[in-house]
Amino acid sequence: MKDHLIQTTLSNGLKILLKEVHTAPIISSWVWYRVGSRDEVQGRTGISHWVEHMQFKGTDQFPANILDKAISREGGSWNAFTYLDWTAYFETMPADKIDLALRLESDRMSSSRFHSDEVASERTVIISEREGHENEPLFLLGEAVQQTAFRIHPYHHEVIGDMADLRTISRDDLYNHYRTFYVPNNAVMAVAGDFDTKSMLGRIRELFEPIPAGGDPARLSRPEPLQNGEVRLSVEGPGATSYVQVCYRFPPAPHPDFFPLSVLDSLLAGPSNLNMFSGGISNKTSRLYRALVDKEYVVGVHGGAQATIDPFMYTITMTIHPRRKPEEALAALDKEIQRLKDEKVTKEEITRAIKQARALFAYGSENITNQGFWLGYAEMFADYSWFETYLDKLSAVTAKDVLRVANEYFKPQRRVVGTYIPLEGKTSA
Amino acid sequence: MNKMNSLPGPNDIYREVLPNGITVLTRSNFNSPSVVIAGYLEAGALFDPDEKLGLAEYTVLSLMRGTMDHTFDEIYHALESVGAGLGFNTGVHKSGLHGRSLAEDLPLLLKLLSEALTTPTFPKAELDKLRAQLLTGLAIRAEDTSDMASMVFDKVLFKDHPYSRPEDGYPETIKSIKRSDLVKFHREHYGPRGMVIAIVGGVKPEEAVRQVKRALGGWETKGQREVPALPPLKPLKKTVSKHHHIRGKSQADLIIGTNGPMRRDPEFMSASIGNNILGQFGMMGRIGDVVREKSGLAYYAYSSLSAGLGPGSWEVSAGVNPQNVKKASELILDELKRFVQEGVTADELADTKANFVGRLPLSLESNGGVANALLNIERHQLGLDYYHRYADLVNEVTAEDVLTTARKFIDPDKLVIAAAGP
Repeated sequence: MKDHLIQTTLSNGLKILLKEVHTAPIISSWVWYRVGSRDEVQGRTGISHWVEHMQFKGTDQFPANILDKAISREGGSWNAFTYLDWTAYFETMPADKIDLALRLESDRMSSSRFHSDEVASERTVIISEREGHENEPLFLLGEAVQQTAFRIHPYHHEVIGDMADLRTISRDDLYNHYRTFYVPNNAVMAVAGDFDTKSMLGRIRELFEPIPAGGDPARLSRPEPLQNGEVRLSVEGPGATSYVQVCYRFPPAPHPDFFPLSVLDSLLAGPSNLNMFSGGISNKTSRLYRALVDKEYVVGVHGGAQATIDPFMYTITMTIHPRRKPEEALAALDKEIQRLKDEKVTKEEITRAIKQARALFAYGSENITNQGFWLGYAEMFADYSWFETYLDKLSAVTAKDVLRVANEYFKPQRRVVGTYIPLEGKTSA
Repeated sequence: MNKMNSLPGPNDIYREVLPNGITVLTRSNFNSPSVVIAGYLEAGALFDPDEKLGLAEYTVLSLMRGTMDHTFDEIYHALESVGAGLGFNTGVHKSGLHGRSLAEDLPLLLKLLSEALTTPTFPKAELDKLRAQLLTGLAIRAEDTSDMASMVFDKVLFKDHPYSRPEDGYPETIKSIKRSDLVKFHREHYGPRGMVIAIVGGVKPEEAVRQVKRALGGWETKGQREVPALPPLKPLKKTVSKHHHIRGKSQADLIIGTNGPMRRDPEFMSASIGNNILGQFGMMGRIGDVVREKSGLAYYAYSSLSAGLGPGSWEVSAGVNPQNVKKASELILDELKRFVQEGVTADELADTKANFVGRLPLSLESNGGVANALLNIERHQLGLDYYHRYADLVNEVTAEDVLTTARKFIDPDKLVIAAAGP
């Protein structure tokens, strides 16, 4: 996994990571900004995601529909993501066409227009996006659980934002947010693929170095106080299927406990895949599958954590068996959690978790886009060495470590339990 | 890197038909230590009786629930312990398989595949668990506006044709399926004839074929049923609108469309190019421009062409606020009218051609992408040099071809308009 990598920082503070990969005539270019839903105050929730949408609405040099047509014409693929801690933009292009992506990203780092008529039409698009989410029981439940778990920390709201704010955020709010956070000193550029490092770096300097540095944007920092007691909630909605989500507090990605917890996740719920473009594997021999699905308390169970800057959550989601009650599934889950706290896991289970992680990394490396993704992604919550040493850190985990973190992080008084209650045709009171 | 060299072709695709009828296609890629297998058998939902709809899917999903040599838990323990995956799915014509592992574990993957296909035991207790999972899936489907709009659409467009049926069946049909039905379905429809398997990744072609031979070369069955012929389609006589009500939802899904070409029809490429201009290119083509960019009515609004072994469909889909269904429908209908009246411009055509040719290396960069390409070649008899000829096939399409094809398939007065939501 350790590849030849060039890292440097331009005079305006833009950090650059370049990795030559000559397996296909393709280059993937990524720009990451240190801004996400955790940088939003009440009244402005969803603004980071909305700014991301506005970044596709054009600059003077690349007006809106010129932009997407130009990328498509060259056979490229492009998209953007807004998350808790970051916003990322990528273009994966035939190698000889990458210059278009570089010019586009340098241009929209500081010159997007944010025309008010574009803001108006995008408002209803984003409201429609949220309405689509609201059709899903698991979105409704997840949103309720997250806002309950975080009262103080800005991780409390969904990336899409609250409907009230989507109706009122103004053009100037959006533009100010953009100008505050979209500065080279708050960004990381990562490029992987079929290029020559020297000429790629030269071209990046030419395009990006003239962009002046901005102030260092302050990030919201309101640590969530210790939770002292389990919180339970319920959400009612359409459907015939019940769901239960159980969320425990999890450490941030750079924390040493993240690795024994990743091993624990692997054997409890099946390995989570942190990479975005290559999917996971089944979890039918995980402890939770055996205890909950095989025993017919639930018809499906999934667990996973996210790599974040501040402590976030480990979420277990259960789709309740039609003949069972949510409480029965929860009781069966609790038995397994207790087992983790009482008994040391076996050496074999740890070895298995490491092999699973190795396989998932191998699948991810088939794809240039994914290689570009990892370069910058790890920078958003740690640095690239976090990724390079990931397997080594997993390999160092012992059964004792797993037992310790199970007891430390899986405390009932630090969890939120949410239940989705289907109304089965009845109307909510 | 040379672009052409990166595309699969006769120089690096190896194809061999085993004596028992299995076709093996392989292409090496040693850039990553992983390997993908993908394939299909002639055991799709076409064979399902109406009253037991979902039988093909229930059968294929039961294959790994226990074999002569291993239990469900043993099978998955072996797979998951090495980070490998193996799964099955059902379409109308075929049932598919897909798996991946580190290259060193390919023998394990093929051994488990062989067990699942040739010696499944259909244990009663496992079948009951699976049935509850399938029924829950159907309960979730009944609440999904996109799934339900699509079901309503197919029901109207393919009236009295097997394509009108959902492959995952209905609650009552899944409840009526017995273990003996699964055993019988397996006995009558699973066999090496018509089976295709593609292997792509860190393994040499001759080694891959040797491994498939060892795992499945000895598989012989008697009386594997022939695939039934499709009945003719009943053409639409006028536009038909249906709304499926689902309470309590904040968004409705809308599908407007009609029939499209089969994959092997001569119009396939001109229809694909036309469709790309209509609702794919850039930000979802003309449809995206009108419904999303100009009107702000939807987060997604696009068109798609579904072309397979039988008659296809040509659909425009959008997710909109329930109050905007009518408005969005009108905008889409106007675009369809414009599409068949005016056709496409020279600029639009040039853009889409460049897009089709340019994006090819991207769609073929992962092992899974190449494996799908090999299956595409085999299923539709496109020739091993298909991806080398692809640019020529794209570039020979004229604006007139696109217009003729659009008019052949799309009649703005004979459409299906299906919606699901409040």
